[in-house]
Amino acid sequence: MKITNVEALKRISIEVRKGIIEAIYSAKSGHPGGALSCADILTVLYFNQMNIDENKPNDLNRDRLVLSKGHASAALYSVLAQKGYFSKEELKTFRKLKSSLQGHPDMKKLPGVDMTTGSLGQGLSACVGMAIASKLNKAGCKIYCILGDGEIEEGQVWEAVMSASKNNLDNLCVILDNNNLQIDGTIEEVGGMNNITEKFLSFGFNVLNIDGHNIESIIDAITTAKQTKGKPTIIIAKTVKGKGISFMENKASWHGKAPSEEEYNKAIEELDKAMLEIM
Amino acid sequence: MKENIKIATRQSYGEELAKLGEENKDIVVLDADLSTATKTEIFAKKFPDRFINVGIAEQNLMGIAAGLSSFGKIPYASTFAVFATGRAYEQIRNSIAYPNLNVKICATHAGITVGEDGATHQMLEDLSLMRGLPNMTVICTSDDTQTKWAVREISKIDGPVYLRLCRMATPVIYDITEKFEIGKAVQIGEGTDATIIATGVTVSEAIKAQQILKSKDIDIRVIDMHTIKPIDKNIIIKCAKETKRIITVEDHSIIGGLGSAVCEVLSEEYPTKVERMGILDSFGMSGKAEELMQYYKIDYNAIVNKVLC
Repeated sequence: MKITNVEALKRISIEVRKGIIEAIYSAKSGHPGGALSCADILTVLYFNQMNIDENKPNDLNRDRLVLSKGHASAALYSVLAQKGYFSKEELKTFRKLKSSLQGHPDMKKLPGVDMTTGSLGQGLSACVGMAIASKLNKAGCKIYCILGDGEIEEGQVWEAVMSASKNNLDNLCVILDNNNLQIDGTIEEVGGMNNITEKFLSFGFNVLNIDGHNIESIIDAITTAKQTKGKPTIIIAKTVKGKGISFMENKASWHGKAPSEEEYNKAIEELDKAMLEIM
Repeated sequence: MKENIKIATRQSYGEELAKLGEENKDIVVLDADLSTATKTEIFAKKFPDRFINVGIAEQNLMGIAAGLSSFGKIPYASTFAVFATGRAYEQIRNSIAYPNLNVKICATHAGITVGEDGATHQMLEDLSLMRGLPNMTVICTSDDTQTKWAVREISKIDGPVYLRLCRMATPVIYDITEKFEIGKAVQIGEGTDATIIATGVTVSEAIKAQQILKSKDIDIRVIDMHTIKPIDKNIIIKCAKETKRIITVEDHSIIGGLGSAVCEVLSEEYPTKVERMGILDSFGMSGKAEELMQYYKIDYNAIVNKVLC
């Protein structure tokens, strides 16, 4: 069932953020910054946009989502749990021995995960293969790919971008989680990536720039992507690393560490407060 | 063995793949701008809609193949062995082998028998790299008949396969009625003076050596180890018990390939001295394929000399 009410989607995104914090706190390990930055995007995709059924996770004709920035796994798991692919209790097994919720997404261990990812730069190529397969099957599936902005420093991403454009994959929608931070600093400082819009335009993509935390904007952009014919779309979503938890926001240091008990309590408190503001 | 009829396994691959494409519509073929050399062009001409040329982008080649397989397609991804398993190793590892996806990596131009192109294009570590990957089946065929069988057979396995093919034309060893089985080596001859375990292009060399040695009253057997993983343990142990010597020969580094795999089996199951012939921890170089086989001592002459010494 698709949720169209924006306030309802906002509430879900807060629940998703709580799930992220719970999972990472429970694991005492994980990547909160980049999970929180793509939480709103994933919420819109799974609850408003994608043609999926949590009871049929292997349906051949479902839409696909590839979290190419696989280290944001906690966000994907939290959304999948909210959606009902598995129980929310299972989030607490994140990163633990024998859990289906591996450190990075494993398509063979967890229903709802459409591609195994974790090694940066590889997910978009898989999406290109899926989009071509969908066209061969005349299946009409939409393929979504979440890329990190640090991730696009990987050369393979641009190989895949070239392929997507060459094959006119209008059933492919890439969403760039543009939080501008990677482990060692800002995107400009570390890898030197710039003019992202121009780069994708020159490769023949339809490029949309949005605020990646504005639910309406995300809905509008994905809707536009679906309507665009003859070429793939990239939505460059301006986001904030650690979004929603004040002390994590815009801090590269929160890329890959778990909150302490005190920090956890504060984070949950902030999210509960945010929820009350929407109610 | 028909020494006068020589066909490169890459040619057999291309021809059979095009035939298989007629029967199985799920087969999709990918190449990285080498279709005229890997012979996937035969399929491409017949089924342009099911052929994807990704350009010179091997990492993307493997990733696209992974995505296709997740939709139930059976992708055959081809390029030269050095680029497939070297350039795109980590893509194979994380996007194909780890999720156990149904991708057939069919790499041509393996080994020093690439010839004139030299060391950069002569892949000598691919068996080692692919053999180390969980879920991966590793096959290295020795002639036209066996290659055509393998092209079909691997489409029936639900999981990743590495098929190692060669550029150099080699004699047809098997009659078309020959039956093969993945994981079961072929024994040629019953000799007990020595066992030569070979794979790929070195099998016909071993058979030639076998014939020469026979005229000197030395009776050896040849094992065609077409499946490197899962390796046929039983036949290795049987030969170690029944014959005086175990010699391996491969167009690959002696580190990590067939020789190593045989050593692993015997050291655990039936400790036996193993003499490994292959590329001795070095890179290749330019030259004619036959000259290089001679130079690196993996040709029939080298095998004869090894048995005689």
